[in-house]
Amino acid sequence: MRDAFFRGLLRAAANDKRIFFLTADLGFGAAEEFRQHFPERFINVGVAEQNMTGVAAGLALAGKTVFTYSIANFPTLRCLEQIRADVCCHNANVKIVAVGGGLAYGALGPSHHATEDLAVLRALPHLTVVAPGDPLEAEQATAAIAAHDGPCYLRLGRAGEPAVHHSLRFTLGRAVAVRRGGDVSLIATGAMLPVAVQTADQLLNDGIEAGVWSMHTLKPLDSEAVLQAARSGAVFTVEEHSIIGGLGSAVAEVLAEAAFSGVFRRIALPDRFAPCAGSAEYLRRLSGLDAGSIRERIRGEIGSRRPKGVAVEAAARG
Amino acid sequence: MMHAEAGTLNVPPVEGQTPSRFDAGAARELAREIRAAVVSMTHRAGCSHAGSSLSAADILAVLYSGILDVTPATVDSPRRDRFILSKGHACAALYAALAGRGFFPKKLLDEFYQDGSPLMGHATHKGVPGIEVSAGSLGHGLSIGCGLALAAKRDAMAYRVFVLLSDGECDEGSVWEAALFAAHHALDNLIAIVDYNKIQSLGTVDEVLRLEPFAEKWRAFGWSVTEVDGHNLGALGEVLDAVDGCRRIVEAAAPEAGKPACVVAHTVKGKGVSFMENALLWHYRAPDAAELNRALSEIGSSR
Repeated sequence: MRDAFFRGLLRAAANDKRIFFLTADLGFGAAEEFRQHFPERFINVGVAEQNMTGVAAGLALAGKTVFTYSIANFPTLRCLEQIRADVCCHNANVKIVAVGGGLAYGALGPSHHATEDLAVLRALPHLTVVAPGDPLEAEQATAAIAAHDGPCYLRLGRAGEPAVHHSLRFTLGRAVAVRRGGDVSLIATGAMLPVAVQTADQLLNDGIEAGVWSMHTLKPLDSEAVLQAARSGAVFTVEEHSIIGGLGSAVAEVLAEAAFSGVFRRIALPDRFAPCAGSAEYLRRLSGLDAGSIRERIRGEIGSRRPKGVAVEAAARG
Repeated sequence: MMHAEAGTLNVPPVEGQTPSRFDAGAARELAREIRAAVVSMTHRAGCSHAGSSLSAADILAVLYSGILDVTPATVDSPRRDRFILSKGHACAALYAALAGRGFFPKKLLDEFYQDGSPLMGHATHKGVPGIEVSAGSLGHGLSIGCGLALAAKRDAMAYRVFVLLSDGECDEGSVWEAALFAAHHALDNLIAIVDYNKIQSLGTVDEVLRLEPFAEKWRAFGWSVTEVDGHNLGALGEVLDAVDGCRRIVEAAAPEAGKPACVVAHTVKGKGVSFMENALLWHYRAPDAAELNRALSEIGSSR
């Protein structure tokens, strides 16, 4: 996703002279091309995320479109108040980009796990929150936030994520239906999208047809898509984020207000820091975020009901 | 030079030099007006920060008497000078200065702190002409100022960016991140003014977290530093006037060229009202009716 982001950024910057790129001394081997093409619009601010964000707000108030860039929690939680007061409060045209969303930096430890960012950032007024699910989504999301007038947060995975889409027309705030299937609905965000698709594949072996949505925009949330997904009568959210406050919470808010009475479960990281070293894959497995575990979880939750949509649900309740 | 074009006073230009637009008489009157408004506003609102507002009153009066190239007519011009009140809690003084210069009606000052008013208790840009940036959390303004100053450089525009900080604010590490950045990027169109009244929220600066040697710290960070009596209007005017757009402090030596400027303004908290001067209490307390009358008479008679 990182490379896809830089592709999208380079293209946007070539067409729009207002675009600046600020990094807090990270992006080795990735940010170079931007620097070569647009040296006047590339600024390495040093290891100083608070200042980076304030400078970005100042540039934006002078008419620039400013990307701030770092990894994990550094461009977000480290300078959260600057995001709130300098960027969001002024509705400044700043795009905050974090590489390494979720557990991507697995073995580096909890300091490098961005696992509460979505919860914290989606609470900020004016901020659009985006977590693309594959490289194509990341590239198109970059173009979309560059064109969007207002603050955005772009949460990326790392590099080398599998492609989910062959083609895509990305719209901010509009979920993408990736798979059709009326038995259960999986709503995924960020790098968990391919895992959700894999889970849907495995569920077919159980005779369960799972619909999969890519909820790449957490805010504004596509509540229409959520309600559409709810028609299956069984909704599972899948995210590489704390179970508190992220996609699961956002979807729960919609379902609760719609008086949804089917099965709803949040598949997410437990409320804890990673207890040991491990690759992203290992740590996901540890928290039940791999396709096999999710499949088992779903089978367990819908149990012997063998759902066939809402009608079955209603009959079971009836 | 935009400053010559936009001049409002008829000072004949000196060759090779931007004509001064600073008007000490106007500054004196505005400072008096700001002080009277501050004590009235804090009295009516029953709010804190009278002392902080009074210590900054003369600095603001000078800035808005021919230093800042911004008027109600040019408030949206991309070429205007930018002013950021990073010590947003002194906003009563800034609101009064802006009203005094016609950015909005003085009558609006009566609404300070009131339900539904745009004049919030910390400088707020929304709906208040002349306020560039909302502030209130300390340690934010200098970074935003760096961004605005950098944009001016990249766009080859001559506007300058002035940021007024408090001394206690300099406890924030982000101030020093910005200080490093401004010097590294040679933002000589950026002027930080520190309202150095030497009293912060819970005690004196010396007691709480020592800043001295303060001017030397800014110098070590690569800034061109001038210390000035922050209540001497003539001296303040001279120093701030000399910070010429995209240049340097004129009187400074050539090696100072290309540096951001820091003006350390030695001030007195609560300046102009005898019983508020140098008293921590007046960081918090609002004057009652009797105190207001006494303050107003001192402000009127002392000027």
